[in-house]
Amino acid sequence: MAEPARGLSEAHAEHHHEELSFWRQYVFSTDHKVIGIQYAVTGLAFLLFGFCLMMLMRWQLAYPDQPLPLIGNLFGPNRAPGGVILPDFYNELGAMHGTIMVFLGVVPLAVGGFGNFVLPLQIGAPDMAFPRMNMLSYWCLFLGGVTMLASFFLPTGAAANGWTSYSPLADIALNGQTAWLIGMIFLITSSLLGAINFITTAIQLRAPGMSWMRLPFFCWSQLVTAFLLLLAFPPLEAAGVLQLMDRVAGTSFFLPSGLVIGGQALEVSGGGNPLLWQHLFWFLAHPEVYVLILPALGIVAEVVANNTRKPLWGYRSMVYSLIFLGFMSFIVWAHHMFITGMGTVMSSFFQTTTMIISIPSVVILTALIISLWGASIRINTPMLFALGFLPMFGIGGLTGLPLGLAAADIPLHDTYYVIGHFHYVVAPGTLFALFAGIYYWFPKATGRQMNEFLGKLHFWPSLIFMNGIFFPMLIQGLNGVSRRLADGGISYDFAGEVAGLNRMMSVSAWCLGLAQIPFLINFFVSIKSGKKASDNPWQSTTVEWMAPSPPPHGNFLTAPVVYRGPYEYSVPGQQPDYIPQCQPPGDAGGRRAATVET
Amino acid sequence: MEIPYTVEAHPETGLNNGKIGIWLFLTSEVMLFGALFATFIMLRIGADDWAHLKAEAELNIPLATVNTIVLITSSVTMVMAWASLMRRQLDRYRLFMLATVGFGCVFLVIKYFEYTAKFAHHHYPSTNTFLAIYFTMTGLHALHVIGGMAFNFYYAVPGAKLWHKNPQWLTDRVEHSGLFWHFVDLVWIFLFPVFYLL
Repeated sequence: MAEPARGLSEAHAEHHHEELSFWRQYVFSTDHKVIGIQYAVTGLAFLLFGFCLMMLMRWQLAYPDQPLPLIGNLFGPNRAPGGVILPDFYNELGAMHGTIMVFLGVVPLAVGGFGNFVLPLQIGAPDMAFPRMNMLSYWCLFLGGVTMLASFFLPTGAAANGWTSYSPLADIALNGQTAWLIGMIFLITSSLLGAINFITTAIQLRAPGMSWMRLPFFCWSQLVTAFLLLLAFPPLEAAGVLQLMDRVAGTSFFLPSGLVIGGQALEVSGGGNPLLWQHLFWFLAHPEVYVLILPALGIVAEVVANNTRKPLWGYRSMVYSLIFLGFMSFIVWAHHMFITGMGTVMSSFFQTTTMIISIPSVVILTALIISLWGASIRINTPMLFALGFLPMFGIGGLTGLPLGLAAADIPLHDTYYVIGHFHYVVAPGTLFALFAGIYYWFPKATGRQMNEFLGKLHFWPSLIFMNGIFFPMLIQGLNGVSRRLADGGISYDFAGEVAGLNRMMSVSAWCLGLAQIPFLINFFVSIKSGKKASDNPWQSTTVEWMAPSPPPHGNFLTAPVVYRGPYEYSVPGQQPDYIPQCQPPGDAGGRRAATVET
Repeated sequence: MEIPYTVEAHPETGLNNGKIGIWLFLTSEVMLFGALFATFIMLRIGADDWAHLKAEAELNIPLATVNTIVLITSSVTMVMAWASLMRRQLDRYRLFMLATVGFGCVFLVIKYFEYTAKFAHHHYPSTNTFLAIYFTMTGLHALHVIGGMAFNFYYAVPGAKLWHKNPQWLTDRVEHSGLFWHFVDLVWIFLFPVFYLL
C-alpha cells in the first residue's frame, strides 16, 4: 500500500483560494467532472440528432415516395422535392445516422461521459492523470462533431456511403465523404487521447488499498474499453488517411485496375484492393462494437449489485471474461466479410474465433442474471433500465450467433436481420444501460435526484416501442429484405408479406421519440428543482459515494483509503446492510463517521 | 491541485504518469504504422509486377542512406541532451537539444529534395501504387518528424524555464520526448529497407 495521505487535503485547502474565470471553469475546464458532463451532454445531443435522422428515414420506409408532412419543405429541392425524400437523401440520412450514433453519440456518452465522470471518483483519484490532455480530447471530439454537422451544408450534402464507407464507392463519392474522413480523424484523435488518459489513471491513481481485484466492475470495463480504443482506432486512422489520399491525391489504394463507372473507365492508376478497406475498417469496427457494449455492462453491473443488495455473482470470472473478451475482439473482424470471397479457410478461422468470443459475453451476462437470484430487488428507475438491458442484450447477442457462422451468414448478410441484431445490442441494450447510468449517477453529478415517476414513464414506453421497432426487423430480414432499400423493399415481391410491418415499426419509432420527452423534462427540471440528494442516496459501497454531491474540485475532502472489495452488500450482522469500501476494518458503527467526517 | 505521480514514480509501478502515457501512445503508433505496413504487404503481393513499379520510381538510395545516418545521429544527440540534464548541465542540454532539432531539419531538407526530384520526373502518388504508399508512409513519417521537432524545440527553449522550478520534471519530459523521437527514428529504420532496398 502506498503512503495514505498523499497530501490531498493540503492540496485541496490551498485550492480554495483559486478563483477560475467562467470560461476556465465551465468551458475550457480541466476538471474531469466538468469534462465528463460536457461529453455526456454532447453525446446526448448527438443521440437525439441521430435519432431525428432515423425518424425521417422511417417515414420514407413506411410511406415510400409520399411527401413528408409538416416539415417536408425544409430540405429543399435537391433532397426532398415537394417533400418526397429522394434515395440519395435517404442514403445521406442512413450514413450519418450510423456515424453519429456510434462515434458521436454512444462513445462520447459511455466512454467520455461516464468514464470521465465516474472512473476517477470510483478509484479514489483527485482527477485524471493528464487533465489538460483530457480537455484537448473533448475539444477534438467537438471539432469532429462540428465537421460532421457542417458537412450537411455542403452543396453536395454529407457522406452517403453507409457508416462503413466501403470503397470503391466512397472513393468516388461526392465531397461529403472528404468531410466525413476529416471529421473521423478528429474523433479518432479524441478517443486515442482519452484512452491513454484512462489507462494511465487506472494504473497510477488508484487510492491506497484499491487493489485490482477490489476495483468496481465498471472501472474494469472502462479499462478494457480504453485498450480497445487505443489499439483498434489507429488502423482506422491509417485507413482514413489512405482513403483521403485516394480522394484528394488521386492514389488507388482501394481502387482495382480497370474500374468502370457509368460506362466509363476510371482514370486512375489502379492496382489497389477494395477489400483492404474492409479489413482495416472492421479491424477497428469490431472492437468498436465492444467499446459500445462494455461500458454498458459495467454500468449494469454497478446498478444490479447496488439494487439487489448482493455481491456480484462471480466477480472474478466476470473480470477475467472481460479481459479475454477484449483480447478476442481483435481477431474476429472478418466475420463481417464472409461474402467477400476471402475463402473458406479464412471463414473457418473467423467463425471459430467468433464462437469463442461469445463464451465470455455469455459468462458476464449469466453472472449478472444469477446475481438477481434470491435477491429482494429494489425496483427504482436505474434498476428498471438495468433489468430491461439484460433480456434485450440477450436477444441482441443470441441473434448474433447465426451471423457469426459463415453458412448462416451468407443468406442473412446485409438484410434487416443484421440491423435488428445490432440494434438489439446497442439500442435497448447499450442505451438502456446508459439511461440506467444517468439515473444512477445524476445525484452525484448534480446533488439532486431525478423524478421516479417520470423515470418509469420513460422506461415502460421505451421498452415496448424499442421492441416494436427492432423485432419486426428480424422477421423482415429472415424474409430476405435488404437493409439498403430506400423504399423498404416494396419493389421486390418477396418483401410483400413483410413490407406491411414497416408502418408499425415507423409508428413505434415516432412513439419512441415521444417516450423520450419525460426523460428530457426530468433531466432539465431535476437539475434545478429535483429532490435534494444525500452524498450516498443509493446506500452504495463504492468510493464515488464518499465524495460530496456534487464533488468539489479535487473530489474528496479527505483522501480515501480502501479496505475491501466493491460489493459488500447484505453483510450478515450489519445494520444497515452494507460496508463501504472506505470503512476501516473493525469499525462497525463508524461507517457513518467515515462518510460524514468531512 | 496536484496530480499524484506527475514527477515522482509510483511506488508499485516504478513509473510516473508521463512515462506510462508516452508508452501507451507509442503502442497506438505501432498499430498505426503496423496497419500501413500491412497495407504495403497487401499491395505488394497483389501487384502484377511490383519490381517494375519500384524500378520505375528510381528512389535515391544514397540520399536515403545519408538520411538514415542523420536520423541515427539525432537520436544520439537526443540521448546526450537527456544525459546532460541528468548531470544537471543545462547549457550542454540546450546545445544537444538544438542539435537534435537541427538534424531533424537536415532530414526534412534532404526529404524535400527527394520529393521534388520525383515530382520533376512526374512521379506522383497517383502514378502507381508503389509511389502512392511510398509518399503516404514517408509523408506521415515526415509529419511525425515535424511533431517531434516541435516538442524538442519547445523543451529546448521556452519549456526549459521549467528547470528553475523542477529540474526533474524537465528531465522526465525530455526523456518522454526522446522516447517519441527514437520511435520516429525506428519507423525510418523500417521504412528505409522496405522502400529503398527490398
